[in-house]
Amino acid sequence: MALDRKVAYINLTTGEIEIKPIPLEIRKKFLGGRGLDAYLLYNNTRKGCNPLGPGNTLLVSGGILTATCASATARTHFMAKSPLTGLLGSANMGGFFAPEMAWAGFHHLVIKGKAEKPVYLWIHNGEIEIRDAANLWGKTTTETQWAIRDELGDEEIKSAVIGPAGENLVAFANVMTGIKNSAGRTGMGCVMGSKNLKAIAARGTMDIKIAHPIDALEYNKRFIDQITSAKVNQTQGALGTPFIWGATNSWGGIRTRNFQYNQLEEADDIEPEAIDEVCSETIGPYHMTGCFACQVHCRAQYKIPSGPYAGRYDEGPEYTSLGAFGGEPECRSMETLLTGNHLVDQFGMDNLETGSIISWAMELYELGILTSKETDGLDLRFGNDEALLEMVERICYRKGWLGDALADGGIPAAEKIGKNSFDYLIQVKGMNNLHSDERGTPALALNVATASRGSDHLRSRPAIDLYHLPEKVLRKIYSNPVPYDGPLSSEHTSYVGKAWEVFWQENCYMAVDCLGICKYHTVFLGATLPNFEDWPKVLYYNTGLEMTPREIWDIAERCNNIERLFNLREGLSRDDLKKGDTLNHRYFDEPCRRGAPDVIGLKIDRKKFQEMVDEFYEHHGWDKNGVPTPETLKRLGLDKEPSHLL
Amino acid sequence: MEKVLMIDYEKCTGCRLCELVCSVMHDGVSNPARSRIKVMKWESEGVYVPVSCQQCEDAPCMNVCPVKAIARDEDTGALLVDYSLCIGCRSCVAVCPFGAMSYNIIDKKVFKCDLCGGDPQCAKFCEVHAISYVDADRVSVFKKKSAAERLTSAQKEAANLQAAM
Repeated sequence: MALDRKVAYINLTTGEIEIKPIPLEIRKKFLGGRGLDAYLLYNNTRKGCNPLGPGNTLLVSGGILTATCASATARTHFMAKSPLTGLLGSANMGGFFAPEMAWAGFHHLVIKGKAEKPVYLWIHNGEIEIRDAANLWGKTTTETQWAIRDELGDEEIKSAVIGPAGENLVAFANVMTGIKNSAGRTGMGCVMGSKNLKAIAARGTMDIKIAHPIDALEYNKRFIDQITSAKVNQTQGALGTPFIWGATNSWGGIRTRNFQYNQLEEADDIEPEAIDEVCSETIGPYHMTGCFACQVHCRAQYKIPSGPYAGRYDEGPEYTSLGAFGGEPECRSMETLLTGNHLVDQFGMDNLETGSIISWAMELYELGILTSKETDGLDLRFGNDEALLEMVERICYRKGWLGDALADGGIPAAEKIGKNSFDYLIQVKGMNNLHSDERGTPALALNVATASRGSDHLRSRPAIDLYHLPEKVLRKIYSNPVPYDGPLSSEHTSYVGKAWEVFWQENCYMAVDCLGICKYHTVFLGATLPNFEDWPKVLYYNTGLEMTPREIWDIAERCNNIERLFNLREGLSRDDLKKGDTLNHRYFDEPCRRGAPDVIGLKIDRKKFQEMVDEFYEHHGWDKNGVPTPETLKRLGLDKEPSHLL
Repeated sequence: MEKVLMIDYEKCTGCRLCELVCSVMHDGVSNPARSRIKVMKWESEGVYVPVSCQQCEDAPCMNVCPVKAIARDEDTGALLVDYSLCIGCRSCVAVCPFGAMSYNIIDKKVFKCDLCGGDPQCAKFCEVHAISYVDADRVSVFKKKSAAERLTSAQKEAANLQAAM
């Protein structure tokens, strides 16, 4: 049964490992995955703990449906206090790792302490061993994975690993599995590096009993048909996420030159179709691949066609790499894009943060805030492809003054650089924004401002807000499973009802993160995809657990509130530019300068934005400062947290 | 007409949904170790090849079985193991040229593809048609067609090159 997968407490300081069952009452409160991780984090860290010290706790998990007969339940979740933001750290990746960990008997790992020397975890059919990783230290992400397979003599081992960036404590180092699947945001790889934990390797052949196998099979087939019939997923399956970048770029919804502009002109050479052509030429007509048991297959495969890394195989590039190595630094070369993507994959660092922080440094350089003294002679202007790629390497290996400074993340780097450099840092809660421009879309601006892990599109973005769906359709989606009869607007430039949309999406995404499902299989990019109404059956057929849509909603709300409690405990304060629910002044002061007529000239209205935040807090049952009221905590059963039930 | 599993590995995305649904269908559990079909992977090159039983006409597994426990199902053409006769000697595992006869260390039994009694789940769930269930005589026609496509596109390319010269 999925419900008999265990939680393991691993103390890297003492080497002690304790394996426990996950009680049903805990499942009913938090399900699994990110939600249960949030509970475990809140209960297993002390206020103000050093993110890079032994007191930080790293959670690794699969969702409650991971590796069951449910569509696309391949996600692995990582959580800890973030070394990048000092608040909630949380990142989620696809691939094959969490299912393998589930077949090896585990859904959750609670990793504490710090190993004296480099180690890795070996999880195999109910057992966990801490092994020496001296031979792995220094290796890239793929080298590490293949070396573990060689050492243990099993080609089917799946590993979640860090690369040199994690070892060098780059604040936005990620955890990776396979070729490019990354738990990218908030520096979870940096936390692994700080614990001397190079990798977690898993291999399992233990049955996961399906409660109602024939029903589960039949329902899964229907589910898959529903998912693959959505046009957005068909396009994802053909072009991957670059199609989103291409579409939003032509509309004027991406960032260039560190948020100075909202569109990259003359981008033909790196448009999705151009990427598709390189993939077709270097791999073949069928160059898309997918995560475990997923039929969307949104990942492209390619070989770098030219340059010093010619012939190297990789996957992607995704939207974020197009932003990082295309739009933001204003580079227009396919070779730079594919090489940059390959470097961050091999180094194990977040492409989004890397691209944003370098573009920020480029703007500072052009403004004269940074000079060739700090860049060690590097001509760090926009559009300098060589400088961009050189900076990626300097950050990973902390080379030179600037490489070392940027490796600490945006806010610490701004403190080192000084002057008014912070004003140009496009971040929320210390984490850089996705390479998208939300100045024309108040709903999306509210989403990035209030996302629990810092600026982010995968916590609460109502992406369908851009589709101008009829109000009737919006109401059908947004008034289930809890009633909502307040205003809703089909207009993406409106502030009306957007707070509710963001609140609804926040619960929707938390629910899929607890279940272990990918967001392409819910109301993210497609309005017709499964949501609360559909999950109870999947849950019942696969695990036997009976729940109503409303109960799943309540769990999601509970888990979001636990994340909020953690952030408040670590210093979140509503209007704090570094730790709050607010945006860089450019959102309010500088209008969009390029793009479609319905985008040009738009910016976020400060007063209306604050009213949206008020409204958003009210929907949550939070006070004006964004603190859950005692009644809200009681309603959600969180009034006795930390409760240490597990 | 007898049908067979046709595998076009170039189309395979490597997702292994076939392995999942196979184990759920046959054993009521999720466990690729129990799957009759298996995707072999070269991950550093992006090559994925599903491998399953070919239901051979002159089947080595059937021929080698010392207790005649393997026989052909008349309806589907699948070779099936009769577990009331099987002694678990694994001779069939040793002789299968495709590695399609597997051994389950949990139940201590050999196991192989039985075409799900004529409704193979792997083919049913494979949206990219890397695995399909087709009339046995159609396989070569599909291959002919794709060879012809390659040939004509090569000819077109050659003509274009010539025209450009």
